[in-house]
Amino acid sequence: MTSVAVPLRSRRGTLAAAVAFARRHVLTVYSLLFFAYLMLPIGVVIAFSFNDPKGRFNYTWQGFTWKNWEQWNAIPDLQSAIQLSLLIALIASIVATLLGTLVALALVRYGFRGRAATNLLVFLPLSTPEIVLGASLLTLFLNLTSVLPIGFWTILIAHIMFCISFAVVTVKARLIGFDRHLEEAAMDLGANELTTFTKVTLPLIAPAILAALLLCFAISIDDFVVTYFNAGNRVTFPIFVWGAARVATPPQINVIGTAIFVVAVTLMLANVVFQNRRAKQA
Amino acid sequence: MAPATAEYDIRLIGLTKRFDDVVAVDGISLDIDRGHFFALLGPSGCGKTTTLRMIGGFEEPTEGRIELGGVDVAPLPPYKRDVNTVFQSYALFPHLSIFENVAFGLRRRGVKAGEVRRRVVESLDLVGLAGLEKRKPRQLSGGQQQRIALARALVNRPRVLLLDEPLGALDLKLRKEMQLELKRIQHEVGITFVHVTHDQEEAMTMADRIVIMNGGHIEQLGTPSELYERPRTAFVAGFLGASNLLEATVSGDDRVTLAEGSVVQLPHGMLAGRTGTVQIGVRPEKLRIGEGDTNSLSGIVTESAYIGVSTQYIVDTPAGPVTVYVQNDRTGGQVAAGERLTLSWSPESTFVVDAQEGTL
Amino acid sequence: MRVFHRKRWLTPYLLLAPGMLWLALFFLVPLGFLFYQSLESGNIDFGYAFTWAWGNYSSAIRSYRGQFERSFEYAGIATVVAFLVSYPVAYWIAFRGGRWKNLLLLFIVAPFFVTYLIRTLAWETILSDNGFVVRILHDIGVLSPGGRLLATGTAVVAGITYNFLPFMALPLYVSLEQIDQRLIEAAEDLYASRWAAFIRVTFPLSLPGVVAGTLLTFIPAAGDFINAELLGSPTNHMIGNVIESKYKELLDYPAAASMSFILMAIILAMILLYARAVGTEQLTG
Repeated sequence: MTSVAVPLRSRRGTLAAAVAFARRHVLTVYSLLFFAYLMLPIGVVIAFSFNDPKGRFNYTWQGFTWKNWEQWNAIPDLQSAIQLSLLIALIASIVATLLGTLVALALVRYGFRGRAATNLLVFLPLSTPEIVLGASLLTLFLNLTSVLPIGFWTILIAHIMFCISFAVVTVKARLIGFDRHLEEAAMDLGANELTTFTKVTLPLIAPAILAALLLCFAISIDDFVVTYFNAGNRVTFPIFVWGAARVATPPQINVIGTAIFVVAVTLMLANVVFQNRRAKQA
Repeated sequence: MAPATAEYDIRLIGLTKRFDDVVAVDGISLDIDRGHFFALLGPSGCGKTTTLRMIGGFEEPTEGRIELGGVDVAPLPPYKRDVNTVFQSYALFPHLSIFENVAFGLRRRGVKAGEVRRRVVESLDLVGLAGLEKRKPRQLSGGQQQRIALARALVNRPRVLLLDEPLGALDLKLRKEMQLELKRIQHEVGITFVHVTHDQEEAMTMADRIVIMNGGHIEQLGTPSELYERPRTAFVAGFLGASNLLEATVSGDDRVTLAEGSVVQLPHGMLAGRTGTVQIGVRPEKLRIGEGDTNSLSGIVTESAYIGVSTQYIVDTPAGPVTVYVQNDRTGGQVAAGERLTLSWSPESTFVVDAQEGTL
Repeated sequence: MRVFHRKRWLTPYLLLAPGMLWLALFFLVPLGFLFYQSLESGNIDFGYAFTWAWGNYSSAIRSYRGQFERSFEYAGIATVVAFLVSYPVAYWIAFRGGRWKNLLLLFIVAPFFVTYLIRTLAWETILSDNGFVVRILHDIGVLSPGGRLLATGTAVVAGITYNFLPFMALPLYVSLEQIDQRLIEAAEDLYASRWAAFIRVTFPLSLPGVVAGTLLTFIPAAGDFINAELLGSPTNHMIGNVIESKYKELLDYPAAASMSFILMAIILAMILLYARAVGTEQLTG
C-alpha cells in the first residue's frame, strides 16, 4: 500500500507545487503570455514571407518556399517604393533631429519669453490625429500647386514636420538630466561657448541625438496616413502596401516587412548590448 | 600675517544679485587679500554660493563691481577670468579620462603637448593621485573625484581658486582628512582660496579669514578667533559655537546691569558709547563653577548631560537659562539636577552684540 | 565687453527659430487653411468658394453622427483594454525586470518595427475565417457556427488595441520605473498590505504614465481609419474613413475639412476635461 501511496502523494505534491509556482509567478506567467500576444502577428508576417500562395492573396498557408526572398523585387514598383521611403526617411530624420535638438537646447538651457507657447507648439502636433495633420497639409499644398507640385517635396516637408516634435521630446528628456555644472566647469577652464558645446555638451547628448535620429527614421519610414494625403502620385512603401491590400498581397510585402523588422531589432539589440556594457564598466 | 597695505586679489564693491523679487546678495563689499585661505560661511540661502558664482562668472551681478587684481571682471564670461572653481558636484567630464579632465583648461589655452603632460602629472602628484591618468571619472571614489576636481582647477595656476562646498559629499572621516589636505595644498601653491561652506567647524579648521553671511548681508569678517571671541552680532554668536546671551542695561563705562540686578564687568572699551538696553554674551566653556571671577550668577541646575570630555549643564538663573560646559578633567564632582550652582566668569570672556540681527 | 551678455539674450530665439518656423508654417498655417476650407461651399466641378458655410459643420454632424460616436467608442474601449492589459506587464518589467529590462522593453516596442499596415494585414490573416483563432472559438463554442471575427467591431477594436499598445505600455513603464522602491517599503513599514501599498502609493505615483499613455493611445485611435478599413466592414467605419474617402475619393474638401475640425475639437475638449480631472502639470510634463 505504501508503495502506491508514495508516488500518489508526490504527484499531488508536484501539482500543488505547480499551483504554488503559478500563484507566486502569476505576473511573470501573465507577462509571458502578453509577449506571446505581441509577437503573434510578427511571427505571422515572418512565416508568410516564406509562403507559396496559390492566388493573389497571401492569407492562408500553402507551402514553404525561398522564392519570395530570392525574387524580393519581382513585383513592379516595389523596389522604387522602398527606395523612395528610405530616401525620405533619411533626409527627414536628419533635418528633424537637427531642428529638434536646437529647440530642445533652447527649452532646457535658456529662460526666454514665449516658453509656454513653444512647449505648446511642440506638444500640439503630437496630440493631433494624423488624419488631421495630413488633411490640413493637403489643403495648404493644394493652394500651392503652382510653385510646389504635390510629390517628393511635399512628402518630405510633412515628414520633417511630424518628426520635429518627437526629436524635441527625445533630446529634451536627456538634457533635463544633464548636469549644468559640467558646462560651467568647461567655461571656468577657459572654453568659450562654442568649444563648450563641441567638447562637453555634444559628446554627452550624442546618445540622445542618435536615439532621436533612429526614432524619426522609424516613424518616417512607417508613416502611411500623412504620406497618403500628401504624396500625389508618388508611391512610398506603406502606400504600396495599402494599394496592394485591395487587389493582391504578394508575399514580397512580408519579405520587406521582415527585413525592416530584422534590421530594426538588430540595431536596437546592438544598442541594448552596448549600453549594458557601458553600464558594466561603470 | 599680511600687512595692512596688502594687495587685494578680489575686491567686491556693492555687489548685488536679485532673482526676480528675491534679493540673494544685497550690496556686499569685501576685500580678499592675496594668498589667504578665505571662507564664506553661512546657513543655506544666505547668498554665499551666489557670491561665489558671481566671482566665477556664472551669474551676472545685478549691481556692483567685481575686481580681480584691480580690473572689473563683472561683465566677463567665465572663460575670460583668471579664477577656477572646484564644484560641489565636482563636475568632472564623464566622457573624458582623468588626464583629459585635468588637461582641459591647459588645452583651451593652447599649452604645448609636452608642457601639458608635465603639468598634469605634477598636479596629480600634488593631490596624491599620480597614476590614475587613464581612468574615467566614474571609476573613482568620491574622495578621489574631489581631488581630481582640485587638480583640474589648480593646474591652471589661477589667481584665485573658488571652492563651492567641495567637501559636502564626503563622509566625516574623509572630510576631516581633506580639510587638512586642502590647507596643506593651499600653503604649497600659495594661491588665494575662497571657500564656501555652511560647516562652521570646517571654516574654522581651514580658513585664516572668515566672512559670515546671513540674508544676503555680511554679518562679520575676521580671523576665526576674532569671530569666536568677539562676535559682534547675535547671529554670529549663535552660528559659530554656542553662546549665552543675556539682556542687560548699560550702567557705567565698562559695566552693565542684568535684569535681576547683578552687575557685569566688561572688557575696557567694549561698550563704546552704547546706552540703554544691550545684549551681552559669554561662551559656555568660559563659565566656571563657584565664585572666583569678577562676574557671577547663580541658579538651579535643570538639566545635566554627560558628553565625554565635558558635562553640559543648564542652569536656571534669574537672568534666564545659562548653559555651562565643565571639563571632566577630574573624576567625580558631578552636579545633579535641582542643586544650586554659582557660576563666574572674567570680564575678558564677555562680549556685547547688537540687539537686532543683520547689521554690520 | 557687454557683447557677451547681449548675445546670450538672443541665443534661445536663434536656436528656436528654424524648428518653430517649420512647425508654424507646416502645422499652424495648414490648420488655418483647413479652417478656411471648412467654411467653403460649392462642388468639385465648379470649384469651391468661401461663404462662411457653417452649415458644413451641422450637416457633418447630422449625416455622420454614427461614425463620430463609433470612433470615440472604439478608441475608448481600445484605450481601456490597452491600459488593463499592459499595466501588469509594465509593472513586471519595472520591478522584476532586473538586468533584462532593456531587452524586455525591446519586446514591447517590437510591433513598431513591423510596418503598421503589414502588422494590420497580419491580424487580417490571424482573424480570417479559416484561421486558427476562429477555429478554436468555434470548437469551444464561443463563436456560433458560421460566426466570424473579421469584418466585426471586435476585430477593429482588437486591431486598434494591438497597434497602439506600445504607446500605452512605454509611458506606464517609464513612470513605474522612476518610483523609489523605498517609498513602497515605507508604506509596508507603515502597516500597508501589498495591495494597499499598491493602491495608495505605487498607482498614484504612476499616474503621469497613465495620463500620457491614455492620451497617446486615445488620440491616434480616434482618428484611425486603417483598422476599420482592413479588419472591419462598412458598418464598422469610423470618422477617419469618412474623412479619408471625402478627401481622396469624393474630393468634397469642405465637408472633409469641417469633419477634421470637429474631430480635433472633440479631442481637444476631452484632453482639457481630462487635464482638469488629473491636473495640468502631468500633461505637458
